[in-house]
Amino acid sequence: MNLDRRSFLRLTAIAGGGFVLGLYEQPFAHAQARKRSGPPPLETRAFVRIAPDGTVTILAKNPEAGQGAKTQLPMLIAEEMDVDWKHVRVEQAKGEDKLYGFQFLGGSMATPMNWTPMRQVGAAWRQMLVSAAAATWSVPESECSTRAGRVLHSASGRSAGYGELVAKAATLTPPALDSVKLKSAADYTIIGTSRSGVDTPAIVTGEPIFGIDVEVPGMLHAILHKCPVFGGKVKSANTEVIAKLPGVRKVLIVDGTLTSDPILPLNPGLEPGVAILADTWWQAQNARASLNVEWDYGAGTFQSSEAFAQQAEEALQKPFDQTLRTYGDAEGQLQKAAKVLTATYSYPFLPHNTLEPQGSTASFKDGTLELWSTTQDPATLRRITARLTGIPESAVTVHMMRAGGAFGRRFVNDDDVEAAWLSKQVGRPVKVTWSREDDMTHDSYRPAATFGLKAGLDARGGILAWRQHYVTFGDGKRTINSGGIDPNEFPAGYTPAFLLGLSNSIPFRTRTGPLRAPGANGNAFVLQSFLDELAHAAGRDPLDLQLELLSRTPAAGFTPQPDNPSSLNPERMRGVLQMVAEKSNWRNRKTEKGYGMGIACFFCHLSYFAQVAEVTVNEQNQISVHRIWAVGDVGSHVINPRSAENLTLGGIIDAMSQMQQEITFVKGQVNEENFDQQPLMRMRQVPKIEVSFRTSDFSPTGLGEPMLPPTIPAITNAVFAATGKRIRTLPIKRSGFTFSPNLAKES
Amino acid sequence: MAITLQVNKQSHTVDVAGDTPLLWVLRDVLGMKGTKYGCGISLCGACTVHLDGHAVRSCSTPVSSVQSREVTTIEGLADTETHFVQQAWQEVDVPQCGYCQPGQIMSATALLSTTPAPTDAEIDAAMNGNLCRCGTYPRIREAIHHAAGLISAKGVGQ
Ligand code: FES
Ligand code: FES
Repeated sequence: MNLDRRSFLRLTAIAGGGFVLGLYEQPFAHAQARKRSGPPPLETRAFVRIAPDGTVTILAKNPEAGQGAKTQLPMLIAEEMDVDWKHVRVEQAKGEDKLYGFQFLGGSMATPMNWTPMRQVGAAWRQMLVSAAAATWSVPESECSTRAGRVLHSASGRSAGYGELVAKAATLTPPALDSVKLKSAADYTIIGTSRSGVDTPAIVTGEPIFGIDVEVPGMLHAILHKCPVFGGKVKSANTEVIAKLPGVRKVLIVDGTLTSDPILPLNPGLEPGVAILADTWWQAQNARASLNVEWDYGAGTFQSSEAFAQQAEEALQKPFDQTLRTYGDAEGQLQKAAKVLTATYSYPFLPHNTLEPQGSTASFKDGTLELWSTTQDPATLRRITARLTGIPESAVTVHMMRAGGAFGRRFVNDDDVEAAWLSKQVGRPVKVTWSREDDMTHDSYRPAATFGLKAGLDARGGILAWRQHYVTFGDGKRTINSGGIDPNEFPAGYTPAFLLGLSNSIPFRTRTGPLRAPGANGNAFVLQSFLDELAHAAGRDPLDLQLELLSRTPAAGFTPQPDNPSSLNPERMRGVLQMVAEKSNWRNRKTEKGYGMGIACFFCHLSYFAQVAEVTVNEQNQISVHRIWAVGDVGSHVINPRSAENLTLGGIIDAMSQMQQEITFVKGQVNEENFDQQPLMRMRQVPKIEVSFRTSDFSPTGLGEPMLPPTIPAITNAVFAATGKRIRTLPIKRSGFTFSPNLAKES
Repeated sequence: MAITLQVNKQSHTVDVAGDTPLLWVLRDVLGMKGTKYGCGISLCGACTVHLDGHAVRSCSTPVSSVQSREVTTIEGLADTETHFVQQAWQEVDVPQCGYCQPGQIMSATALLSTTPAPTDAEIDAAMNGNLCRCGTYPRIREAIHHAAGLISAKGVGQ
């Protein structure tokens, strides 16, 4: 898959839901500004260095936060170069899109965007090495072959290692990437084999590889104490008292550069607050305890979770602000239906909670800026910090540090902005580290949403019409960041009539942003739960209902296009559903009070997942999730299988954490500050999870996100099977349930 | 105040306030960055180190309370027989982001030193205080069993 601008936009539009488009357009537009047409360039030579002893150093182009791109993308290069993986060293590239093309972490896009180009880079290098050998031996290139880091000429029995050939190869012009010949899949020796993470040895020995570990000579440690209401400003503060505390070198009142537009972009500028700079982080943090600030809370104090819930209820009673998608005559069909079901679903604001809190190190010196960052988007980071500090982008260097989790949070470069600004102010390198409380109360939250659903069934239990009213936040015209909805989400297109309306008039003024599987992480719960409700109301097996829908001729505009991976392919969805049903023995599941199995599927980020959950629920409504079967279709190859399995396990466990969490507002302030108020899954709650992949004939796609969304409805549907109670509100505690702190003994 | 610490069998004298958490002395004063900050209040386990062989949360351990006691951090683990745990972590390829893993390894090592062949229930009990945001729990469990196998095969600690 080679991505030109149009197909790239189309892909990203669907991959993460339409709202992600704007997000990915940012790095894209940036790259485009550099090169007006065509996909961004890749500098073949920049990706590889070969030492005389044959050691091959491959540059990993994308940020790494645990998704495995730092291992996987170099695997693609090594495969086509024909080098032995044990001779490969991997080095993190700098943020330099002139050399490396798109560099960002998000949307599960690393695989689909790099599958072809990275293999081409490897093949181009192989070709240069072959050319060098052929020229040295005065033989035709066509008589040369390669194996494990050597070029061979079998006719004469000669061979040479890449290390011997590199001096000559380096003088050659790399071939055009789209001209190189790629291996046939049957010859792969690296793709499809498990390679452990290239940073794993450093991780297990505690080497300083994370953003928070950066140490620059002469640096000060800083915190920026921000207003509990997003955007609030400092009226006054006892800065002279703080300045005298042990280790404190400087205290600054920061006015910030925040935009006044209530519909906040992901990177709205520097937040106001009080900055404390000290010799160690603890001294800065400790000094904060003595800080007295009088705040001007600003315009955000109206924000309250209770009021939001009421406003959403009211919006559901009113007409839509906009109709997003309609075909068939949904309202008319609902009138004719034998049975009509209505339900209200909602899910909360959520934090990211990367285990490494936000932080960044910056050194502003002589009109240049150096950043050691955990950003997911180095190109945007360069642009905004250049503007902030008044220097050209070319004067900004971004070192990409390993991030202790990202999940969408690190598209917001607020930590880097703080560090860059402070370094310029104090004329020294500055390292900013957010406390957990800073992190949880100044996140870019996954937006909450409320859904009004209505569906009609005919006399034999078939769906006639689906009506969906989606309520989110905005000014009635514009929706808050990551609060949009993809109007093509299944079952859209597969019911005879469909109507999707949007209300986006609830005011909000705190930063929101994408969270792992944006859009999908909430919508899968709603859509796949309501389908389950319809199946039960019709007295049908939920699996049969889904399979039947997916076997229909889709409505106009929903026809799957074989060459467009972003349109739902119903056959692939049926494939994962059928396979997960077999794996879990779905058809023979027992029905027993307190025990249940639930099924769900979802298509997002170009990949297909179906899951079955098995639960027991006790008298206290405590849920034990005993087992989850997950089947994914990510195309023709699972590039690094053990890593793919690990990510899938993690995404499923992440979904279970999401089911327990919420961010709530009172007077504009976030209530939840640390993990005691924000349960994450713990070891003894984790189910047995069985992961399988169904290979299909499509170009490989990514595994950062698509396993997560179906877990939630698979579990809530299982809870219904066990109890007859439907979870329509998340977190589960708002529906009267909790996860048992220990898994119950299996019956 | 001047405080003398024994970290990974070496003696260090630092000049810090006595109530400074051990975590920040390790990270910012001694420059040992392997021990991580996650929550600051004993909720996540990212900062786990050994104090006289027992797993403790260094974010909530005032440095004044550890004088004359033996502190072991992830950086010092390889010098002990328990490096089998690090080996197991690599062979099982546990980490995703990796940020929680030094803390996980310190908790696992403490468990294995008293319980060389732990059951799943024993693993759950010992590891429950260590959060992994990336959800590597199934791999952590696998790696602890694997480490137990490596240790018994080499006859370590017997
Ligand atoms: S940082 Fe010590 S337990 Fe979280
Ligand atoms: S591996 Fe990321 S927090 Fe555990």
